[in-house]
Amino acid sequence: MIDWRNLSADWLDARKLASNPPNLRNAFVIALLAILALLPIYSALTGNYFLVTLFTRILILALAAVSLNLIMGFGGMVSFGHAAYLGIGGYVVGILAKEGINSGFVQWPLALIVSGLFALGVGALCLRTRGVYFIMITLAFAQMVYYVAIGLDRYGGDDGLTINKRSQFIDAVNLSNKTVFYYVCFALLLAVVYLVWRLVNSRFGLVIQGARSNDRRMRAIGFPTFRYKLVCFVIAGVLCGLSGVLLANHTSFISPAMMQWTRSGDLIVMAVLGGMGSVFGPVVGAVAFLLLEEVLSSVTEYSGIILGPMLLGVVLFARGGIDGILKDHSRG
Amino acid sequence: MLYLIEQCLNGVQLGMLLFLLAAGLTLIFGIMDLVNLAHGSLYMVGAYLAATFAALTGSFVAGLVLGLIATLAVGIVLEVVAIRPLYGRDHLDHVLGTFGLLLFFNDIVRWIWGPAGMTLSLPSQMLAAVQVLPGVFYPMYRIVIILATLAVGGLLYVLVMRTRIGMLIRAGASNREMVSALGINITLLYTLVFGLGAALAGFAGMIAAPISFVQIGMGENILILAFVVIIIGGIGSIRGAFVASIIVGLIDTLGRAFLPDLARNFLSYSAGSSLGPALSSMLIYMLMAGVLVFRPEGLFPASRK
Amino acid sequence: MADALLRIEGLTKRFGGVVASDNVTLDVTAGELHAIIGPNGAGKTTLICQLAGEIAPNTGRIHFGGRDITALPVYARSALGLARSFQITSLFPDFTALDNVALAVQAHAGHSFEFWHDARRDPALRDPARASLERVGLAARADVMVSNLSHGEHRQLELAMALATKPRMLLLDEPMAGLGPEESIRVVKLLRELKSDLTILLIEHDMEAVFALADRISVLVYGRVIATGEPAAIRANAEVRQAYLGEQEAVTVPGAGHG
Repeated sequence: MIDWRNLSADWLDARKLASNPPNLRNAFVIALLAILALLPIYSALTGNYFLVTLFTRILILALAAVSLNLIMGFGGMVSFGHAAYLGIGGYVVGILAKEGINSGFVQWPLALIVSGLFALGVGALCLRTRGVYFIMITLAFAQMVYYVAIGLDRYGGDDGLTINKRSQFIDAVNLSNKTVFYYVCFALLLAVVYLVWRLVNSRFGLVIQGARSNDRRMRAIGFPTFRYKLVCFVIAGVLCGLSGVLLANHTSFISPAMMQWTRSGDLIVMAVLGGMGSVFGPVVGAVAFLLLEEVLSSVTEYSGIILGPMLLGVVLFARGGIDGILKDHSRG
Repeated sequence: MLYLIEQCLNGVQLGMLLFLLAAGLTLIFGIMDLVNLAHGSLYMVGAYLAATFAALTGSFVAGLVLGLIATLAVGIVLEVVAIRPLYGRDHLDHVLGTFGLLLFFNDIVRWIWGPAGMTLSLPSQMLAAVQVLPGVFYPMYRIVIILATLAVGGLLYVLVMRTRIGMLIRAGASNREMVSALGINITLLYTLVFGLGAALAGFAGMIAAPISFVQIGMGENILILAFVVIIIGGIGSIRGAFVASIIVGLIDTLGRAFLPDLARNFLSYSAGSSLGPALSSMLIYMLMAGVLVFRPEGLFPASRK
Repeated sequence: MADALLRIEGLTKRFGGVVASDNVTLDVTAGELHAIIGPNGAGKTTLICQLAGEIAPNTGRIHFGGRDITALPVYARSALGLARSFQITSLFPDFTALDNVALAVQAHAGHSFEFWHDARRDPALRDPARASLERVGLAARADVMVSNLSHGEHRQLELAMALATKPRMLLLDEPMAGLGPEESIRVVKLLRELKSDLTILLIEHDMEAVFALADRISVLVYGRVIATGEPAAIRANAEVRQAYLGEQEAVTVPGAGHG
């Protein structure tokens, strides 16, 4: 039997791939990766550059969803404030750009540090609580950041701020080039997926998963679970901050709307829709959710009338997400 | 000084609105163990329905009454169709399912009423200002809001503490099995409680409508303030919700009114101007953080009550 | 007794008006198997929870290995070598049996801020975990998900996990609860083997097992220790007999309500 919790391994680990017959799930993941890798080439051939823009956005939000799933799917910490890190990452880039600092070597690390510090503060408070308190507190602190951004008159307040220049790295990596930027996002997404995969299977990852499964027992056998969960919460915050950095560069614009609380909801939806049990699931979920949103909004102005009940349907009838469905078919 | 009194009254009035929302949320959570993100949608639906009925009948009061009945009906239908299957599932399911409902409500309201929003105008006698203290004038309608909400709060207290239904509600909150073992129809009880919460939220939306604006998503940000209220007050506690509502209403209003000036005194003028608004919007969250550090269960934990 | 490994002094815990532990004073000597018996609601599990650190006592001290551990958190007591099993099975249901025990090994193998290597292929964790499963007789079931194990196997796994933390002392909360006669015999046999290496504090309702295993027995009624002694002495104790026959008026219970 293939352990999908190891995302698996089926495509990250050549040995396993060789020893297991291909199944629907792996085929699906490989096909998706191939499409994502070749998309800019297709766009260049057909002249359809909208696709690259759309999928850059999808990759960036997929990264955010993967980071959320690290704490939610593996750690059992349902954060309803994850969009705050998108905003924090984005605002660090935007504010520095506005102040004339365009170097990515300054912007990016600083954005990640600020995201991590915020996660440290919020995590230290909300990990003292559990369950529904955790959900509401993460939500409330994210809303605080949202209002702070609205209050920053110098940086556009409610209206947001246009970033004149994307982050500057060495000349060879010109982020203003759409294709280059797409591949940077793609590479970072793959790197983060790989990192999270290593992480959840490491000693650290097992502690996190053990704490999700039975925190009381973890403490009884000698784990100070609080500090492990806090570190995990900070890692997820930093990774999502990276997503915010990319998002600000992608749209060349920051505004409080980046971190509206419904955006946090969208990220949860992506993770659940794709399947929380696997590292790659949220990527599938992000692609599915954002494409669906795109298609629905091209058909109707009132996509929520369809999307909302659909979401309720997923909760009630397909809780394993797309990954769960594929898994069932792979077994049969 | 006059300004201070006026701002305090504004704070109390905001607190009262928050209380209407938070009381429903906290009841629904305490009794059904359900986190309802669509609670703010009922606030919005209430406002739209009241504005519509007021326009149809030409009467503000008739608009409120009909709107309230209609919101109650919407709440009951919502509970039966969509909320009931969520009972007993984990909180993530509640959050996702009711998030879906929120998306649904936003777009169905947009579809029915259009994207432009509505206004609910007050009858002329409500527009006057009254002298609340010598030399202090305050809009009549805002005083009506405070008094009406206090009355609703009082009714709620009587309902929960003094009636048979209230006894069942309290028993249901502490021991679900026992209530069903007594042969009480728990399904019906849940529907009633959810309907009550919906009506309270709708009522808050409709009385807030004349002083704000009836629009899509109007319930979303105030919903989160209501969450802050019940975290501070203690989940499941109506008394906690009441006290915390007033605290949050006052601090938020006074902070926004005075903190930017204070910041300018302490910091340089420009730094104060740019940080002041940002700081003032952080106040209630700082309060929440403080409560979490010192009283993680909130000011009035329901379990100990 | 100078060689007490665990020393409990004047431990009192009140829940509202109910006194769950009433001035409990008790020594557990290194190397002994000390059983605690008492009717339901006597406060046995509450006592274990205070020893393990999940519940803070109102007054009193707990010393372990000569050190005051009254204020230490749960995980720190485990690190000192005080392991517990749970009366109601408390495992990681979505992990395999081996994963469960390996986690317990990992808890005592230094810190776990190791983010890169596959912990499920780490012999430093897997080998001791297998050995521990072997010891309780679960080796053949190592790769089965815990949710698919039987109740008896859960009890064995509880023990394996407690053992895997390499404890100096075991706190066992009804390890035989819900077991069939055959499984009970196996656990008694296992406990007898463990006795030679470990100090054990055992809570158990199975009197046959208790009197067969224990070096000393303490009787807890309404949170109060009414007698401590060797099995024969306990058997002969009139107060104990009365407590077990339910003649409660024979036992004076100052200030205690029903538990």
